[in-house]
Amino acid sequence: MRILTKWLRSFLPALAVDDAQLAEDLTLRGIAVEGIYDLGPGNGSLYEMDITTNRVDAMNHYGVAREAAAIYGVPLQPLDVALPEAQKAKAPFSVRIEAEDACGRFTARVLRGISIGDSRDWFPGAEVATYFNLLEQKFISNAVDATNFAWLAMGQPTHAFDLDKIEGGIVVRRARKGERLKTLDGMDRVLDPNDLVVADHAKALALAGVMGGWDSMITPETKNVLVEAAWFDPMAVRQTARRHGLHTDASHRFERGADFNAAPVASALVSRILLANGGTIEGELVDARIAALEQRTASRRPVALALGEVQRILGQTVDEEGITAAIVENVLTALGCGLASQQAGQPTGEDAEWLVALPSWRLDLEREIDLIEEVARVYGYNRFANTLPAYGAGVTALPWADHEAAVRGTLLAAGFHEAISSTFCSAAEAAGTAPQPAQVVPLGNPLSEEAGVLRPSLVAGMLGMIAGNLHRDVSDARLFELGTVFSGTTEKVVERPAVSFGAVGALPEQGALHPGRAIEFHDVKGVVEQVLARVQAAAAYFDHFSPEAGITPAWLHPYRSARVVVEGITVGWFGQLHPREAAARKIKEPVLVGELYLDRLYKLPLRRPAAREISRFQPVRRDFSLVLDRGIPWEAIDRALAELQLPELVEWRVREVFRDARLGEREYSLLLGATFQAPDRTLREEELQEYQARVAAAVGKAGARLRTQAQTQSQSALY
Amino acid sequence: MTNEAIPNLTAFDEAALDHAFAALEQQAAADAATLDSPEAIEAFRLRWLGRKQGRLNEVSARWLKAAPPEAKKALGQRFNAFKAIVEGLLEQAAGSGPSDAALAAEAIDITLPGTRRLTGAEHPITRTMNEIVQVFAALGYSVGVGPEVESDYYNFESMNFPPGHPARDTQDTLVVAGQERRPQRDRLLLRTHTSPVQMRTMEQQPPPVRIVIPGKVHRNDAADATHSPIFHQVEGLCVDTNITFSDLKGTLDHAMKALFGSSVKTRFFPSFFPFTEPSADVQISCIFCGGKGCRKCKQSGWIELLGCGMVDPAVFAFAQEKQPAYDPKRISGFAFGMGVERIAMMKYGVSEIGQFFAGDMRFLGQFV
Repeated sequence: MRILTKWLRSFLPALAVDDAQLAEDLTLRGIAVEGIYDLGPGNGSLYEMDITTNRVDAMNHYGVAREAAAIYGVPLQPLDVALPEAQKAKAPFSVRIEAEDACGRFTARVLRGISIGDSRDWFPGAEVATYFNLLEQKFISNAVDATNFAWLAMGQPTHAFDLDKIEGGIVVRRARKGERLKTLDGMDRVLDPNDLVVADHAKALALAGVMGGWDSMITPETKNVLVEAAWFDPMAVRQTARRHGLHTDASHRFERGADFNAAPVASALVSRILLANGGTIEGELVDARIAALEQRTASRRPVALALGEVQRILGQTVDEEGITAAIVENVLTALGCGLASQQAGQPTGEDAEWLVALPSWRLDLEREIDLIEEVARVYGYNRFANTLPAYGAGVTALPWADHEAAVRGTLLAAGFHEAISSTFCSAAEAAGTAPQPAQVVPLGNPLSEEAGVLRPSLVAGMLGMIAGNLHRDVSDARLFELGTVFSGTTEKVVERPAVSFGAVGALPEQGALHPGRAIEFHDVKGVVEQVLARVQAAAAYFDHFSPEAGITPAWLHPYRSARVVVEGITVGWFGQLHPREAAARKIKEPVLVGELYLDRLYKLPLRRPAAREISRFQPVRRDFSLVLDRGIPWEAIDRALAELQLPELVEWRVREVFRDARLGEREYSLLLGATFQAPDRTLREEELQEYQARVAAAVGKAGARLRTQAQTQSQSALY
Repeated sequence: MTNEAIPNLTAFDEAALDHAFAALEQQAAADAATLDSPEAIEAFRLRWLGRKQGRLNEVSARWLKAAPPEAKKALGQRFNAFKAIVEGLLEQAAGSGPSDAALAAEAIDITLPGTRRLTGAEHPITRTMNEIVQVFAALGYSVGVGPEVESDYYNFESMNFPPGHPARDTQDTLVVAGQERRPQRDRLLLRTHTSPVQMRTMEQQPPPVRIVIPGKVHRNDAADATHSPIFHQVEGLCVDTNITFSDLKGTLDHAMKALFGSSVKTRFFPSFFPFTEPSADVQISCIFCGGKGCRKCKQSGWIELLGCGMVDPAVFAFAQEKQPAYDPKRISGFAFGMGVERIAMMKYGVSEIGQFFAGDMRFLGQFV
């Protein structure tokens, strides 16, 4: 919306500040001036305004002038709407409001002998040509320009009908089923029975409060005019406008609440401008009103306001005096409120209370708090002090905050960047990644087909991001995402926290001297183990299933993937991306991807670090070169050693796994490193011999055989 | 290597002793200068300090024995001093390790780049959100969260957006399918702001309340450089007896200084939100130009950063349905909210909001 300061000042003869200061002061009071443009000597400035939807009353020149008057405490000039004497009518013009719920007031004024022509500056207060030129407002005819002038001046929509096209009189009613109306935009519209129309005794003339009708519009031949100024219900206008896909100046205002009392004033202003080019008024203003709607708007009950409440809500001001009764009275009076003191004795004391009559143009004011806001606003927000509330209760973190930080911290330390992807995915992606495909929740108005459902898993988003990096020629990618996954029905949606991770490329990521190697399953398994190590779990293990079992998710390579199980519950899956899925995303490199269901991990307590005594006595490492059948996994050896429960066997690990041509296809070699140490003594040779024998026996029982000493030595030369 | 035998001494006066020991020192120093391997060092030790054939042993045997009693003291002092010198030479040689030539053979090109392991970077949105949360934690605010899929009641109605209210138009909403037949208040949607957690929190606990609510929100907005259908907010809510508008001002002024530096100024001006009254928008003095005016602040010297206001009594009335203590005549409160992406874009100089959600390693790696 645009405002001319020249026009504003015509309402504020005592205003002393310049246009820049005025703009600043208005902005700081919520009547935001977004831009100021100098219009040249004598023309003032043009303000580009941005006014919030609740302040529809200030979206016009008089409304802004009223704000300025309140800010500076200067008088606001009343609108001059004196009209010449009317000629007697044979009978008053007929106006009937049928839709009593939707039309609160309808005024009609008959003008005869009008000359349709061009606009000019008609009289002081009606500088149509000057203001329209400065605003670059389109000229149409003196009649239409007059209604636009009233709109720009005071924000009240009016309409001028060609009186000779009206049959009988005006009826404000709901449209009839199948009724048609050609509106001013040239559209032929079929009306809905809920549409509110201004009609005559035969047909619909206009969409009430939205747009006039083509057949009754002003033309150069028009001689007699009916000036309409009315008050329509916000909801009725909003629904009519929406049904027809229309948003007009008039509908904008009525939807947000027009001034019940503005109709006669606006009608007079329009009429006076029209009459300035000749013609006469016939009869008195016809003013049909619905009492119930008038009660709800212009004649609302006064609101009680207490100074104590103003101070309780607003607090301290920079000025030590604070908000006083005098400030409250001055501000509200300037805004058009009527204040009646509720005290006999001291009307301006600390316990001042008022009954406040609300102005008809401020439908946003309904409650005491609305009045308190007005006091704060006009007084100036920045004149309030900066204070701090007294300290409240203790601070509590979310119950899973530490768990989330542990998961995030572990993945960051493992070299994964944190990412955030879309909350949505396609139905096809959901079907391929959902743990429960029957529980995918679709959206009613998705952004696109690719974002048609709430993500049931973070895997689709992760694969999209990994593929994105590869397609941008970023060959090393390590990402994780902590996010919400969704399941359930359209009636009840369940949200769970999850973490996904994806990796592709070489290790180390950046080295000049050593060739990198492709990241593989066990690199990612290590990261998963590190994450699991952050919680206290009695039992955590990895397992896998044959493809026939149908348990492994479809996105994983059936032989290079694992399920993660903690205390008997599946907490996630990870492994190499299924080559079929990789091909579908044009990925050639092996991608490692996985997802952990954090709601399940978060139920376990975080592992608390605890120190153990570190032995001062010499540890002794012994290597065992084992030969194993291909069918025997490391897990079997590991378990056998654990079951030994030998306290002096403090650590064991795989030092190397290798194929040996001499062994053939069916067997492989594994070099086991075992460390023996006692907390209280140096181990004697005899003891070591015994422990070694026990280890050898245990792994032997698990199916391993020891290579001969000679073989072992030739092998150990490799390390 | 010195092979000269230890001469016999004939005179034991000061000058003769000085001369004799000076010669020995010279020999030892010359010997020590040639030591370039552990073996040579061991040979030096044996030659000079060996218990049986060491030259010092020989000096002691020949000179001390031959010396007249009156010269023995001076000779002994000189002997001990010399022994210390030899030991020093040995220590020096042993400590100096392999020769420079041996080390030169091991030279590397130190200008080659270092081998780097990836250091994971926290997402700039997480990082910014945590910074904001920590500022308020220091002011006594706990963290609150709520679901991303919300009911119409919590997202709109209880936040004082009545059905059919024009303010709903400003927040284009993504909805879950199949809601048309359900009662309006139960209809499920993607929350458009984190404000519903305000109501959820008040329903759960009586005042006082001090919470910050970080979270993901969604709107049915077309994506462009500064808009994304997915974004994050941090909201705050403070409810107690005697919470005032000036408390709101002081709290946010403090928070902005903590986030952007103590020289940052704030200013408040009226705005409109259905769930607060009075409502305000808060600007901070431009963090790029300090308020002088630059491109980033469109020459205004100010940047709009958050919305806030005193909790509307209508919102308390909804909370009172479950917690009668939220009587707007007895308690009061304020709420505020800010967009995390906007703050992160400003703090880190990000020009496209879409970069936050693309998972591009090159972008994310900058936040290590």
